[in-house]
Amino acid sequence: MEIILFAILLSAGVGFFAYNAWKVRYNILLGQDIDRSDRKGERIKTMILVAFGQKKMFSRPIPALLHLALYVAFIITQIELIEIAIDGLSGHHRFFYFKLGGFYTFMISFIEILSVLAFVATLAFLIRRNLLKLPRFTMKELIGWPTKDANLILLMEIVLICCIFSMNGADEVLYSRGGSHVAFAKGNFDFAISSCLGPMLFENLSIDVLHVIERIGWWGHILMVFAFLNYLPYSKHFHILLAFPNTFYSNLEQKGKFTNMESVTNEVKLMLDPNADPYATPANPDEAPKRFGAKDVTDLTWKNLLDAYTCTECGRCSSSCPANVTGKLLSPRKIMMDTRDRLVEVGENFRKHGKGYDDGKSLIGDYITEEEIWACTSCNACVQECPVNIDPLSIIVDLRRYLVMEESKVPSELTGMLTNIENNGAPWQFAQTERLNWANED
Amino acid sequence: MRVPTMAEMMANGETPEILFWVGCAGSFDDRAKKITKAIVKILNKCQVNFAVLGTEESCSGDPAKRAGNEFTFQMQAMMNIEVMNAYEVKKIVTACPHCFNTLKNEYPELGGNYEVIHHTQLIQDLINTGKLALEGGETFKGKKITFHDPCYLGRANDVYEAPRSLIEKLDAELVEMKRCKTKGLCCGAGGAQMFKEAEKGNKEINVERTEDALETQAEIIATGCPFCNTMMTDGVKNFEKEGDVKVMDVAELIAHAADL
Repeated sequence: MEIILFAILLSAGVGFFAYNAWKVRYNILLGQDIDRSDRKGERIKTMILVAFGQKKMFSRPIPALLHLALYVAFIITQIELIEIAIDGLSGHHRFFYFKLGGFYTFMISFIEILSVLAFVATLAFLIRRNLLKLPRFTMKELIGWPTKDANLILLMEIVLICCIFSMNGADEVLYSRGGSHVAFAKGNFDFAISSCLGPMLFENLSIDVLHVIERIGWWGHILMVFAFLNYLPYSKHFHILLAFPNTFYSNLEQKGKFTNMESVTNEVKLMLDPNADPYATPANPDEAPKRFGAKDVTDLTWKNLLDAYTCTECGRCSSSCPANVTGKLLSPRKIMMDTRDRLVEVGENFRKHGKGYDDGKSLIGDYITEEEIWACTSCNACVQECPVNIDPLSIIVDLRRYLVMEESKVPSELTGMLTNIENNGAPWQFAQTERLNWANED
Repeated sequence: MRVPTMAEMMANGETPEILFWVGCAGSFDDRAKKITKAIVKILNKCQVNFAVLGTEESCSGDPAKRAGNEFTFQMQAMMNIEVMNAYEVKKIVTACPHCFNTLKNEYPELGGNYEVIHHTQLIQDLINTGKLALEGGETFKGKKITFHDPCYLGRANDVYEAPRSLIEKLDAELVEMKRCKTKGLCCGAGGAQMFKEAEKGNKEINVERTEDALETQAEIIATGCPFCNTMMTDGVKNFEKEGDVKVMDVAELIAHAADL
């Protein structure tokens, strides 16, 4: 009975996740193409250092250590999950216990110690968010759902850890009384934490009650894992998976290098080439002319969209943004959150009404305002700070390109600057013929 | 001061080793012109075989590109590349991190392939190879100097060490701001902000940055960018500290120390 229930839950949990993951993939691939298939070695190295090794987290040591505890606990607990899956499908109890012997005790003890650290870290995170109210967790864009999302994940982690200790603690007491399903004899698992915590909490309970607690812990654990897995695609917490592909596909160029728009290059070449035929058929006559810059999420690259799903809203970008710290409306984190929210909406629309469906809304205007993107100094602080190599700046620049080149919406002072460059080759109104005057001045 | 142009050099059948890209600020802004001259004095002193484009130089296109006008940028870039390729330019030194970044990173795809260095890198090389000695001039021994990282030199191109090594060569005490190097705060001028009013906020970015600098108690705020120079100078004025704290380009400090 339990086996059937487990098998149903397992396939439902994994199946539903796969369906949601497919939707996310569909949405990301709505983005424009960009080639990130080069320099594989360098990409793997970046992924190992930045995602696996969390290199960039350590520029802020306190949250880095807390996060590391959670991260390592999460990874190592996967080993225990393998056992849970085997036990669940086969009806065994602690399948690896006799197979691995002393190593089993060591491994579960290691998981337990990490779980305690993770528990402490989770509490610290809850305190940082809700009691200390760190500035980057109280910015405007986090009001409402994002704050609930963050707290919900932390609470789920606490429940998960409590389940692990109920399971191991109760089993530890059961084993000492000869009541554990692991063996018919009396014995001790000698797990590092549960061997103390179990007797402390459960010593006076009957064997039947202990069995119930042990099962609640076991089922609670695996149910939380399924819940967590399926919550991910709806949550900011998706970074635990997407950090890896996102860092692999990082921009490996110098941060100061902006893309040169190829479509513009072709037109400029035509303008500068006296022999060009302005009436010549374009190279790909069937291709619809692409928009300059980005008005909506589908004008951004798939990497921009992957960035949006990877963002876990930690706010390091915004707390280092010169515009944000001086009270301007711009928040790079909000740029990423808006991009994701809009993408989810566009993806739903496309699946419901057909690809290309226009709901009359767009990323610029309905989600991100012009005031926000004109406040950017393109200083790359947000790009530098992001622990998973997200690039909010490239989205900002593409939105500017759309406003300027498609809509001619330029802040008025910039119109003057641009006209000067076009007329006299300098952002100010000085004649090019006076460019060397400084050499003769004292 | 000798300032040969590429055209003159070519007319004499000479090819300079390096093109000095002055930039718009360095050509027209009164404060930045002093930095340009300091660099020329250093080049003259070390007998570097250089030339400028003079009236053939035009905006690199950086502010247009950052403002989202790719057309204007690429027009400027292609015209500049045509001029420089005609002179067979191989190596460029710039006095402005924005020109530096654009020429170095964004010109190659458009047909302009040059070795581009920032003036602090060139000066570092001149000192390291013994061509420039820092003696006879103003002494900075023991003076507190802080360096403000220009975004387009630091984060954008990972040049953090060259300007700092020059300050250390002055025997000065290099004091770092709490936000420095990769964490350096922008002066507020980048991304075409130099040419517009800031959006509504509760503070100007250059004021926030100047607070960082003043906190170090430095007597000199050194920069490597004409726009940072303007922003920090305005910031210092905002705190009415212009009597106590000077804002100077690293090239000027070196020129002073070498009595040029």
